[in-house]
Amino acid sequence: MSIDKQDVQKIAHLARLALTEADADQYQHSLSSVLSLVEQMQSVNTDGVEPLSNPLEMTQRLREDVVTEENRRDAFLANAPQAEAGLFLVPKVID
Amino acid sequence: MNWEVVIGLEIHTQLSTKSKLFSGAAVGFGAEPNTQTTLVDLGMPGALPVFNKEALRMAVMFGHAINAEIGMTSVFARKNYFYPDLPKGYQTSQMDHPIVGKGYLDVVLDDGTTSRIGITRAHLEEDAGKSLHEDFQGMTGIDLNRSSTPLLEIVSEPDIRSAKEAVAYVKMIHSIVTYLGICDGNMAEGSMRCDINLSLRPKGQKEYGTRTEIKNVNSFRFIEKAIYTEIERQADILEDGGRIIQETRLYDPEKNETRSMRSKEDANDYRYFPCPDLLPVVLTQEYVDDIKTSLPELPSQKAARFQSEYALSEYDASVLSSSRAMAEFFENANDVVKDAKLTTNWVMGELSKLLNQEQLDIENSPVNAQAFGELLVRIKDDTINGKTAKDVFQAMWNGEGSADEIIEAKGLKQVTDTGAIEAMIQTILDANAAQVEQYRAADDDKQKKMIGFFVGQVMKASQGKANPGLVNPILARMLKG
Repeated sequence: MSIDKQDVQKIAHLARLALTEADADQYQHSLSSVLSLVEQMQSVNTDGVEPLSNPLEMTQRLREDVVTEENRRDAFLANAPQAEAGLFLVPKVID
Repeated sequence: MNWEVVIGLEIHTQLSTKSKLFSGAAVGFGAEPNTQTTLVDLGMPGALPVFNKEALRMAVMFGHAINAEIGMTSVFARKNYFYPDLPKGYQTSQMDHPIVGKGYLDVVLDDGTTSRIGITRAHLEEDAGKSLHEDFQGMTGIDLNRSSTPLLEIVSEPDIRSAKEAVAYVKMIHSIVTYLGICDGNMAEGSMRCDINLSLRPKGQKEYGTRTEIKNVNSFRFIEKAIYTEIERQADILEDGGRIIQETRLYDPEKNETRSMRSKEDANDYRYFPCPDLLPVVLTQEYVDDIKTSLPELPSQKAARFQSEYALSEYDASVLSSSRAMAEFFENANDVVKDAKLTTNWVMGELSKLLNQEQLDIENSPVNAQAFGELLVRIKDDTINGKTAKDVFQAMWNGEGSADEIIEAKGLKQVTDTGAIEAMIQTILDANAAQVEQYRAADDDKQKKMIGFFVGQVMKASQGKANPGLVNPILARMLKG
């Protein structure tokens, strides 16, 4: 199975990655070979096999509902390129 | 054309846990921006989520309340999209294996009919942060306090056929989650938000029409109005031979219209996949059963009990059980009065009237259940009559004291002294000799109508304090002459 360059650009856009033409060529090739491998795996009969959601044969551990973290806003905001009035600032988004 | 409306609702309820779904940060409305965040909520690389036990328990409680299958193994999935209020780049949610599976609710409408609304699923997910678009010189401010707040998203089947039915369903969900104590139900603060999926089809047609989704409607009234406007908009388009575009819309309460949200290309390509940071959540039957047996009494069960225990009508029982606070007020007051009929009439009458007038919830009633009950006891033991009691209640409402204090201070105690009443009646009969003569000449039917005049005169003379239960027989006897 192969994918075309438009698919590659779409996947890149969804992941917010900028690809050059040369990149796109290369990814078209490598993603297609991954998909070929998947295609090959699909020939295995999996009737009656539950889909695996995690390879670790363990179950989720739970946390007590208690507040364990204190306010560290100043430290967090110090990492941000821009902050004001306790808020992270980002380029304007209008949706 | 005769259109049938088809509605499905997605209700996001914020679970009232102390800490977040996947971190130990505090949950709360109105804190200073970004003071309730952790590395997990900020989506810092390497920070790992740990699932909150209490959120799980609350979700299972809800599942039992809607007669649903509980997901014995549920799986968290990543819903991928980019938006600055979601720094991780994905929302942790559930897709193929939600915690609550198929269930249903029987919704009682105003006209007394019941309709069964199917619930497809309810799944746990985290909320996103908030974007503030004002005042930052062309920048957007991000507050991540709400990020990772636990939500239970309740998805209905497209079983709803009118705005009224939709509102009744949402009210019932609201009442269940507040009864269970798993959500504070505060819609103004966003603790419960509703997405409305709506389409029209010609009556009798089987296939659904193209639907639109109205996002984030946050009051019962707006849900009703948004549905009416969207039905009208779609019907206009269809009747002009146009086509409905499947899209997300916003309801604007000020203009009472829905309008298209600018939706990005590929906006719905969420590429869900199981979250590798969280393992499957596996429940034991014992855990699920224990939650079921410890479930508090639900609104419909309470309504049934009110009917059998207090002999209330179906309507009265459903009104009194509609909110947990109302039901508790009724039962606490009635513990004092021990007369369910009297208590019901007063809770649904005078109390509700004053609460409505001042737009107060029963939790904030200036007269509490105990004081309210003490007032009704004074009606029951004939200290005051119903009419005087209304004045006393108003005075209690205004903070003038307890029922007994007000009755004492204003001298409102009923006159129950037979001799005093007889004397009062005699004075009135003497002053109205002509009417007495007419009365004596009249037949039984006419007399029944005419006696009202004399009762009125007596009550007036006694300033409302004469006990009507005594006045009536004495008056009838004395009029006979």
